[in-house]
Amino acid sequence: MLLFGQGQIGPEPFARPNEIGEDPVFHHQHLDASTQTGVGVFYLLIVLMNLGFAAYWFYNRRDRKQANIWIVVALVFLIHAAAYLFHAGWILPAFIRNAVDDFIGPVTYFMLSLVLFILFIYYRKGCTEPPVAWGILNISLLASGWAITDSNFRSIITKEDNVPIVLLIFSVGFFTWLGMRKAVVNDERMARGEPPLEKLEDEKVLVWPDLVYTELICMVIATFILVIWGVVLKAPLEQPATSAKAPNPSKAPWYFLGLQEMLVYYDPWMAGVVLPTMILVGLIAIPYIDFNQKGNGYYSFNERKVAIVTFNFGFIVLWVTLIVLGTFLRGPNWNFFGPFEYWDPHKVLPLNNVNLSDMFWLGLMGRVFEEGKDWFLRELPGIILVVLYMAALPPLLAKTVLKPFYVRMGFVRFFVLVTLIQFMAALPIKMVLRWTMNLKYIVYIPEYFFNI
Amino acid sequence: MSEPTNPPAETPAATATPPKPAAPPKPAPPAKAAPKSTARRGVLLALFGSWFAVAWLAMTAAVGGMVLGTVRFLFPNVLSEPPSKFKVGLPDQFEDGKVVERFKDQNTWIVKYNGIIYALSTTCTHLGCTPNWLESAQKFKCPCHGSGFKITGVNFEGPAPRPLERWGLSVGEDGQLVVDKSKKFQKELGQWDSSESYVKV
Ligand code: FES
Repeated sequence: MLLFGQGQIGPEPFARPNEIGEDPVFHHQHLDASTQTGVGVFYLLIVLMNLGFAAYWFYNRRDRKQANIWIVVALVFLIHAAAYLFHAGWILPAFIRNAVDDFIGPVTYFMLSLVLFILFIYYRKGCTEPPVAWGILNISLLASGWAITDSNFRSIITKEDNVPIVLLIFSVGFFTWLGMRKAVVNDERMARGEPPLEKLEDEKVLVWPDLVYTELICMVIATFILVIWGVVLKAPLEQPATSAKAPNPSKAPWYFLGLQEMLVYYDPWMAGVVLPTMILVGLIAIPYIDFNQKGNGYYSFNERKVAIVTFNFGFIVLWVTLIVLGTFLRGPNWNFFGPFEYWDPHKVLPLNNVNLSDMFWLGLMGRVFEEGKDWFLRELPGIILVVLYMAALPPLLAKTVLKPFYVRMGFVRFFVLVTLIQFMAALPIKMVLRWTMNLKYIVYIPEYFFNI
Repeated sequence: MSEPTNPPAETPAATATPPKPAAPPKPAPPAKAAPKSTARRGVLLALFGSWFAVAWLAMTAAVGGMVLGTVRFLFPNVLSEPPSKFKVGLPDQFEDGKVVERFKDQNTWIVKYNGIIYALSTTCTHLGCTPNWLESAQKFKCPCHGSGFKITGVNFEGPAPRPLERWGLSVGEDGQLVVDKSKKFQKELGQWDSSESYVKV
């Protein structure tokens, strides 16, 4: 399989090399033999997984119905595995790929992840039932197997530096499920008046040696895996750096793609300094803000709803999904591309972003400002909005919606919390404004490098 | 109260030390040599012989190497700056509405547009990537966060907060255009009106 570095420069400036056998114009696709074998083995592993799951239901839980369901699922994957191992060359039909590409955009993507997040929180009980969660895992594996037959998607996902993203998607999914599952079980127990599961086995272990040794072993194993990984999968190197040519697209390391996405909406000063600092400060401040004694030493959702929802919104919706977006859906010129779309460096997306001051003075008042003059008056509407948001909103919330919090938390703690949440909300707010109103900056003072 | 007691305490100590140098039992070396060398070997063994020491040494070496490698990062493989003044050709060699990309290595685009020639800096005003000129879309487009600039250098899409900067441009004695990168002109400061920032043709 051929692998390419990001934005490798071909004979044509910033052309993205395609995999062999693809004509970008007609989307003629072709699966080579080694890819097919690889996909076949992938499906075979899923067959084994499902057989194991069926065996678990049959022998441990004595549930024939569940066992039968998962055997049928295993059969479906077996058919796939056979088809690819014998090189039938199935490719995801073009109409599905085109429909996905047409549907997906920054707005739909973000809204979709938000809706899925809300649905997961709301239906947490059903979603975390092992058969349901296992079904979701199967569907996502099936979808990845299908998707990989598309050469455009394949050239993204088989890049060496995108391996961590795949790991990230599945491990975040697994641990979110695990935590939520335990919380749901405990919540049910506590509703019946029983103690949470963790309280039953109250056996204590010592930090030294039990914990420290476990950590040591984990450290050794992790180092070992990283060394092997570093040797086997080569980092894609590009041509020597020159200031004249930036790779197109220029992507940050995978763990910073969320930050890079933030930079699309904010000034570097905001997205690069203020917001990351706020994220760190917020994480550090969690023990100070969250003084809820409940849920200490056991999982529970009902006892710490706000904390769990806020944190997971920030981590999953604003961080992880933006990493995924930056990896799969941002192409040359940082344009948005569907997952199966050819990364055409000449794709033209007409956009015209306008500052709030222009909307207000030009659009509403018909007044033009001379360059470099009167910036304060020009930006006054934006400044007022920002000041209202930062200074007037917290007291308002304390008086109305969040009154119970204010009463419980006290003045300082409450304002720290609200300020942090305001900074967190600043990102989605700006995103929505950009998408709906084409807004560039709310406050725009290039004279002093100050833009919000 | 402690002052009076101190001097007497010091004097015994002072008197106790002199006997020491006077008492080296020199005739005994052969008897003591054996235990001394084994003790030294023991120290050496402890320092370099045990697996524990090997592990520590290896780790120190690895960490030291990493630190050196990190320091090396402070000196990237870049060529030093070319001269900040350079000639780009005669004014009539430029075509209206065309962007000349030949001087991108020197961080410069030469553009003739609407009867004036100007030299744009190739540094994106957002975070400093190098945009590309897209002939078909007639815009400079940055690969990092998608900022777009018109042929005039004015930003119109994406996060870039201000227009691209112009370098100083003038006609030299031999009639050739000279770019002067020691001067820059920013539109948002009203500096593009300066006659040094463009050449009329
Ligand atoms: S550096 Fe050019 S858009 Fe961010």
